[in-house]
Amino acid sequence: MLVLAAASVAIGSRPVTGAELWWGLAGHTDTIGEAAVYVRVPRTLLAIVIGAALAVSGAVMQGVTRNPLADPGILGVNMGAALAVVIGIAWFGMWELDSYVWAAIVGGGAAACFVYFVGSLGRGGATPLKLALAGAATAAALSSLISAVVLPRPDISDIVQSWHVGGVGGASFEAMGTVVPFLAVGGVLAWVSGRWLNSLSLGDDIAAGLGVRVAWARGGAALAAVLLCSAATAVAGPIGFVGLIIPHLCRLLVGTDYRWLIPCSALMGAALLIAADIIGRVVARPEEIAVGIVTALIGAPVFIAVARRQKMRAL
Amino acid sequence: MSADHELHISGLTVGYHDVDVLHDVDLAIPSGKVTVIVGANACGKSTLLKAVSRLLKPRAGVVMLDGRAVHRTPPKQLARVMGVLPQAPVAPEGITVADLVGRGRHPHQKIVARWSAADDAAVAEALNATDTAELAERSVDELSGGQRQRVWIAMALAQDTDVLLLDEPTTYLDVSHQIEVLDLLAELNALRGTTIVMVLHDLNMAARYADHLIAMKSGEVRATGTPASVLTAEIVQDVFGLDSVVIDDPVSGTPLVVPRSRAASSTPPVRAEHDAPRPSPR
Amino acid sequence: MTETSSATSMGTLPAGAAQGESSPHSFSRLDGPGVARARRRRGRRRRWVIAALSVLVLALCLTSLMVGHTVYSLDQVWDVIMGRPVDGATFTVGTLRLPRMALALVAGASFGLAGIAFQTLLRNPLASPDIIGISSGASAAAVFAIVVANLSRTQVSLVAVAGGLIVAFAIYVLSAGGAGAGTRLILIGIGVAAMLNSVVAYLLERAGQWDYQEALRWLSGSLGGATWEATVPVIVTLVLAGTLVVTQARALGLAQMGDEAAVGLGVRVPLMRIAVVMGAVALVSVATSAAGPIAFVAFLAGPIAVRLIGAHGSPVIPAALVGAVLVLSADLVGQWVFDTRYPVGVVTGAVGAPFLLYLIVSIHRKGGSL
Repeated sequence: MLVLAAASVAIGSRPVTGAELWWGLAGHTDTIGEAAVYVRVPRTLLAIVIGAALAVSGAVMQGVTRNPLADPGILGVNMGAALAVVIGIAWFGMWELDSYVWAAIVGGGAAACFVYFVGSLGRGGATPLKLALAGAATAAALSSLISAVVLPRPDISDIVQSWHVGGVGGASFEAMGTVVPFLAVGGVLAWVSGRWLNSLSLGDDIAAGLGVRVAWARGGAALAAVLLCSAATAVAGPIGFVGLIIPHLCRLLVGTDYRWLIPCSALMGAALLIAADIIGRVVARPEEIAVGIVTALIGAPVFIAVARRQKMRAL
Repeated sequence: MSADHELHISGLTVGYHDVDVLHDVDLAIPSGKVTVIVGANACGKSTLLKAVSRLLKPRAGVVMLDGRAVHRTPPKQLARVMGVLPQAPVAPEGITVADLVGRGRHPHQKIVARWSAADDAAVAEALNATDTAELAERSVDELSGGQRQRVWIAMALAQDTDVLLLDEPTTYLDVSHQIEVLDLLAELNALRGTTIVMVLHDLNMAARYADHLIAMKSGEVRATGTPASVLTAEIVQDVFGLDSVVIDDPVSGTPLVVPRSRAASSTPPVRAEHDAPRPSPR
Repeated sequence: MTETSSATSMGTLPAGAAQGESSPHSFSRLDGPGVARARRRRGRRRRWVIAALSVLVLALCLTSLMVGHTVYSLDQVWDVIMGRPVDGATFTVGTLRLPRMALALVAGASFGLAGIAFQTLLRNPLASPDIIGISSGASAAAVFAIVVANLSRTQVSLVAVAGGLIVAFAIYVLSAGGAGAGTRLILIGIGVAAMLNSVVAYLLERAGQWDYQEALRWLSGSLGGATWEATVPVIVTLVLAGTLVVTQARALGLAQMGDEAAVGLGVRVPLMRIAVVMGAVALVSVATSAAGPIAFVAFLAGPIAVRLIGAHGSPVIPAALVGAVLVLSADLVGQWVFDTRYPVGVVTGAVGAPFLLYLIVSIHRKGGSL
């Protein structure tokens, strides 16, 4: 990951020399190259934070729902946060990140609850198929609503677009400062919930038998997941599939113990998002591809592979 | 009475993916009789029935109906002679009994649907024969298991075929409903002379209702003939790995297999469980 | 209805045997004319629904020709349709409103047909082509053809159909084999849709001449700027592919009972499936290339039609009518009800969300599973 972080600072849509790299890191912005490097530092840090948050959120969600295909993107949490942000900007004048981050958390939480509720109705509880269908349909409906909010307001379409295309390109230390407290709370909660998730993965009855307060454990873990991915979405726009694929890769590496799975997901998620960001900057030079598009292109095949391999009954 | 139909199976080999489930099976199905196929789980009973009803394509060999390979007969033409009731058919949501039974008339109708008086008469007759006429306007969803199975049989009757294949028509039914369905089929055979071929799990039911019994094991036919000739302690031991005494059924006089104790064998118990690969229930 | 109640009647085979439960007008024997009468009675509802929907479609068509910034009378609209010159109306109605109305009509019907075809074939009311990625494939191909390759209208339609077919083939191959293939197909379709949607987003983002607002309009489906050039391919496809799907309607209904039962009734199931998939993909792809992926129309039309007609008879033609009603009325609402002119897809999308919830809840109340 350190290597990737270094590469992320060094590589961009504009080639820079070694000297420019050094001076840029030292804080000089005299040449364009140095300025580019100066911008890349917070961008890289943001990619680390966002990637870790999304991956941990995905791991926790998969644990809470006992569903291998749970992911903030698939479950519509991103879209819920997006709609809330757009509404906040359009109707309540929340032009600044520190106000609409709250909107994002509320919207993401609402969407998560809605999709999970709809997906778990009826026989068999929240099966992967039902959750995925409910999430896809909800996301489609939410994106129509986003259009409905934005279309009458040409004045806000610039800010909404720059947020929606998102990615980590517009990163600044101030933006990070706003969301880090949320991410920290979510991260700690996720860390703590690792042990509950281990018990919950055996089934609610056994977990209760092991002395876990099932409802509290579930609620706490779900809150952690929603905090992490909504705050991440607020600052970086909707980024899908990181939360889906990283936990699966980590299961291959460290097994199914959530106490290991969660930190491992954080590291791998950060690495993936840096890598995706680098790819997005390099592939289409001098343009950039938003990191969310890159993760979707990498992530969807993994999603398909998981769907193919999974016995569809349960995790 | 129905016309006679020659149903022959020769050299039949069928499989899923790369595994052969049936190897080189030769059989003749007696016309106008009730034939029951028995055997342990995964012995290929259902596969045999699926191959005969051309749901599965044979790898080798042929199923001949009246001198013509079933896999080369135009589907609708075949469906006017041979009906199939699969193990787990799905009733479309909310459909009424009469409409479901009416679907059995498909092979008799042209592409541009026009219901004929003959279609309606056949539906009425099927409903009467299965004693489901008073359910005609009800939704299939709200029927009990036994009623539902009779409705499915009514659909097969409306198809008005001389040969009827049924894959475990008594699965999921309790014992009284099993008798109800099997009695219905026996009556159908007696009144119309319909050739019936079915897979059953319960040996004693098979003995009671079959004219002709086919015992299968590991994709091969081990014994054929009357229930009395097939259901001997030796053959039961061979096919099911079950140590048993065969006595006369006090009601019907047919053979009654009474297990003594389970021999040390790998054969699973003879119960109404699912056979071979089948579509997973949604 | 319970096991015990009907168990009391077991073993009694002769007709007229007592049943555990009896309906008020209980009769034990039926004859052909009786069956025919009951069948016609059940069919009456479907015929009424089809008639009512047809009238509604016609009324919506005329309304959308009459209503606008200038409202024209029915006489004036009729004169324009008949080719007689009318001051002002000839251009506004003949050149602007008529192609738009025609596109709404045929695109709606195409989405409705394609939706019910996929939902019936996959035996899942949520498995419409817009959810399982077929529309996304067509969108991605169409956007590529429009903004990158600059192709003509007909070429765009062909590329869109190719995109839709490739996606259909890909998700079929990826999900094939073994038990649970239907479930897997839907899941993989959702994954493919997510991937292709980001391709579409990227293509639109790169296309300089499209600003964000316009991109949003196209993505949610819009009839703005409809021309005859865009509409004619949709009409041709609806006639050809629509006929193909409608002729398969009865076989499709039989296949709902499971492939085995359908084969037993003489249906060539593989052939039927190929015909339906090709027809439905063509319908949804060409309509998408002309009007954008109008949200939820393919998803909603089938279940609404089924609820309207009940379980008797095929819902295929009613679904096409419902699709046309949805698009025509949503376009009217989107254009004239609010201060801002919304594209049609925003309206259908907003209607779709609550209906989705209702659909899922009602399926579960009946004890069904997805």
